[in-house]
Amino acid sequence: MALKLYGLPMSTCTTRVLACLHEKGVDFELVPVDVFSGEHKQPPFLSKNPFGQIPVLEDGDLTLFESRAITAYVAEKFKETGTDLIKHNNPKEAALVKVWMEVESQNFNSAISPIVFEHIVGPIMGKTADQAVIDANLEKLGKVLDVYESKLSITKYLAGDFYSLADLHHFPYTHYFMTTPWASLVNDRPHVKAWWEDVSSRPAFKKIVGAMTFGEGK
Amino acid sequence: MAAIKVHGNPLSTASMRVLATVYEKEIDHEFVFVDMRAGEHKKEHFLSFNPFGQVPALEDGDLKLFESRAINKYIAYEYADKGTQLIYQDSRKMAITSVWIEVEAQKYDPAASKLGWELAIKPLLGMSTDTAVVEENEAKLAKVLDVYESRLAQSKYLGGDCFTLADLHHLPTLHYLFGTQVKKLFDSCPHVSAWVADITARPAWLKVLALQSQQ
Repeated sequence: MALKLYGLPMSTCTTRVLACLHEKGVDFELVPVDVFSGEHKQPPFLSKNPFGQIPVLEDGDLTLFESRAITAYVAEKFKETGTDLIKHNNPKEAALVKVWMEVESQNFNSAISPIVFEHIVGPIMGKTADQAVIDANLEKLGKVLDVYESKLSITKYLAGDFYSLADLHHFPYTHYFMTTPWASLVNDRPHVKAWWEDVSSRPAFKKIVGAMTFGEGK
Repeated sequence: MAAIKVHGNPLSTASMRVLATVYEKEIDHEFVFVDMRAGEHKKEHFLSFNPFGQVPALEDGDLKLFESRAINKYIAYEYADKGTQLIYQDSRKMAITSVWIEVEAQKYDPAASKLGWELAIKPLLGMSTDTAVVEENEAKLAKVLDVYESRLAQSKYLGGDCFTLADLHHLPTLHYLFGTQVKKLFDSCPHVSAWVADITARPAWLKVLALQSQQ
């Protein structure tokens, strides 16, 4: 029985999981959730994710939420097929993947997601962008990317000279960030830029990027 | 000589998160004090362990790691046969535990750590509390605790029947928050309160607090 992923093809957290599923070549069904009419905050969906957020993965009677827990599950369950995302046969490399997954989760995400929300998502919901929030987070993001620039001048990818889940987790928000007026934060850092061009040209991402638009025409 | 070295500061929540794991697993280790007041964590030697200049960092032989939750996962898997089991070997149970490990990191910690900073740490440093930040994050934390209350009504620990990293990761911020007005948010959640009482009474956690009081 195929996996079921509840979410939307333009949602950052859903696409984080979609990218992983495509890297592993796993069969799945994407079940749309009508967030624009609040389906994700209603009881049937809340029984899948009590926090009322997409995505949710169903694998038989196992229900999981939190995109990074879902990708970790998929990468582990299908570790012998598709791209090796977690280096399960090499404990040292596996540990370094975990480090840079936490860097994305703790340092990168907290800076980039408010920028994407304020500039792209909020306006679609009728909210005016808060430039002060954007500016503060651009500064934070710049400092994080300075560390990435140094790291990526030593290794080709974040955890080492191998592509991993740590790189993959950056894809959705970076994709949207590159459509904002501040893409120079990436483009002005040559190693980060090269890393991003490499990562974003992977076939798994080509399969999902076409649907990654909020229809705002920008 | 201990193969494992923990570089950190016993007042730092992230350092305490790793120390709790090291004590639970009963691993021989050396604790290397990082003098944050002297800015040691931003200097070149420490930056070679963590380029973000944050404690803690771990050395295990020639492996250098940072980010407390990554360090803890590494220890829990690498030393699975020692001390307390902090992960499940069963993949389904571990998948569910991973969900709640992410919940701590993504939902609980952002609000809890801001409240700890405003209400517990800033006063110690002679800085004034931002009441707007406190109000905003108390509201966020209350909503998270509502979900925890439902979860812990059906499960003894967040991941399932056993204490795991999903529970442990909360300990350092819980410790700071319970000394502040935020405790009242927990008092109104009986299952959450019982869970806090249980996990904060663990001998390994008491060892972390003893180390802290020695500094």
